[in-house]
Amino acid sequence: MTTLDVTTARSAPARPRKANRPKLGHTAVGLLLLAVMLFPVYWMVNASLQPSGNTLTADLLPLNPSFEGYEKAIAQQGPNLLTSLVISLGTVVFSLAVAAPAAYMLAQFRFRWINAALLAILISQMIPGIVIANALYAAYNHLGLLNSIPGLILADSTHAIPFVILIMRAFMMRIPPSIVEAARVDGAGLVRAFVSIVLPISRNSLITAGLFAFLFSWSDFLFALTLTTTEDVRPVTLGIYQYLGTQVSNWSAVMATAVLSSLPAIVLLVLAQKYIAAGATGGAVK
Amino acid sequence: MTTSRAPGDLSPASAGTAEREGRRRGFRRERLVQALFLAPAALFLLLFFGYPVAKNVVMSLQEYTTRTFFTGEAPWVGLANYATAVGSSLFGPAMLNTALFTLGSIAGQFVIGLALASFFKRRFPLSGFLRSMLLLPWLLPLIVSSATWRSILDQDSGILNAFLRNLGVIQEPVPWLTSPSVALLAVVLVNIWVGIPFNVTLIYGGLQEIPEELYEAGAVDGATGWKAFWHITWPNLRPVVSVVLVLGVVYTLKVLDIILGLTNGGPANATQTLAVRSYQESFVNFQFGVGAAFSNILILISLVFAVVYLRMNRRAVDE
Repeated sequence: MTTLDVTTARSAPARPRKANRPKLGHTAVGLLLLAVMLFPVYWMVNASLQPSGNTLTADLLPLNPSFEGYEKAIAQQGPNLLTSLVISLGTVVFSLAVAAPAAYMLAQFRFRWINAALLAILISQMIPGIVIANALYAAYNHLGLLNSIPGLILADSTHAIPFVILIMRAFMMRIPPSIVEAARVDGAGLVRAFVSIVLPISRNSLITAGLFAFLFSWSDFLFALTLTTTEDVRPVTLGIYQYLGTQVSNWSAVMATAVLSSLPAIVLLVLAQKYIAAGATGGAVK
Repeated sequence: MTTSRAPGDLSPASAGTAEREGRRRGFRRERLVQALFLAPAALFLLLFFGYPVAKNVVMSLQEYTTRTFFTGEAPWVGLANYATAVGSSLFGPAMLNTALFTLGSIAGQFVIGLALASFFKRRFPLSGFLRSMLLLPWLLPLIVSSATWRSILDQDSGILNAFLRNLGVIQEPVPWLTSPSVALLAVVLVNIWVGIPFNVTLIYGGLQEIPEELYEAGAVDGATGWKAFWHITWPNLRPVVSVVLVLGVVYTLKVLDIILGLTNGGPANATQTLAVRSYQESFVNFQFGVGAAFSNILILISLVFAVVYLRMNRRAVDE
């Protein structure tokens, strides 16, 4: 992150082992550490399947799983999950469209003010969300953007755009300028060269950046909390918060919603491990 | 091309200048396209970061309340909002809580993160896979983590109290989130859990950068185990450590999701931080001016750490 360099993507050089016997003891300790760290996640899944809905009587294993919690969660939070999905996909498209061309310019062209621009992007990531929410509430109120999906997409993009610019720039700096120049000599304009050469080469970084943009927006809670005032547009994070607002007596529906809201993160981590690891170090600034 | 050339210009005598003229125009067009590539991002950053920061400063100097939204009037009040913020009985506790929350979170995340990163630096079967799975808590929506921990920390029905009681560590269930004396500790513990993956990932990256030869040379001189850590790992890791710590502070200062989800700033204001104060003044009490004053104080504190970060990280930016 410090050097905006994708370190974990690089695999360590294979060195000859002194003993070829695999270090299974280490694996066992590693598994144990992971089990402790991920216990809360397991507990969330377990609690979501408990028939009583009361964690006091919950078993350590969901031996008699009940899907009542999920039925309730989908009935009550289904529309909110859909809203979150629409907003997150919108944020991915918008952030990539805005940030990718900028990242390319900042990576491949020399400007006097490039350091100032990068500095501004870094600092923007450090501005507390509540500052943005405070000002946007007043502005959105004027513009009629409160309780609207476009309003939340724009606000959520504040998490994603600086991140996407930094991570894509780090990648695009490694594109040899000669490739693009060759196309330019053949008469392709800058836009054409960007669309037909730069973007395809940058596929992996686009995927990484897009995954993170999705996760940031899917996880957003603060903008959902402050920029919506009615039930019209309600992301699922806010749905969970409302469950927590009252004394929770039935945890299974809450935990079922939590599990459903965790699915994008879990699926992405399993399916796109290498992209996630690259992104985490590549621009780790969340 | 915006302007068309006069046909007479193409006479052989002026061909050279015409070509130069054309090239210059091509250059200008090129610059225009470059600007177009940057314009959307620049505009976005200006509207969604520049404007909010400026607006927040203005708001903090106005009496900005719900009424403002109806009447459009926000009278200037000078520094009155800051006086209200700093003078409120919650200011001292909020500052203290912010400091304790930040220091506690950072210390816990860092120590555990360093230990885990050092462990996973060894290569053993599944090490890479286990290390990536460790990222999960960082990827989950924060409000999901809050909800899960709320069920775990529940005084009567939570698994943590049941576990500790079975171990014989405690006799009576601990009211983790409902007692003012332990709520802050509980919130810190959860935030440590959330932050560990971030620390592991960055520190692991730093450890990978330390050349293996240093350890081999150290081993010849008898530096192994802790000695190797103090004399080789720690000094070489220092730049990464500083960045991890400063970034950790900047991110922890603005944490809201965890606290709102777990305690909502309660019980008895025990978990009020500057960020929570700012949120509650603006969106619960609808005193946007006072909320803005609180968040500007928060920005100032973050800025100090941001400057430290940028000084340490100047090389990365200059690249």
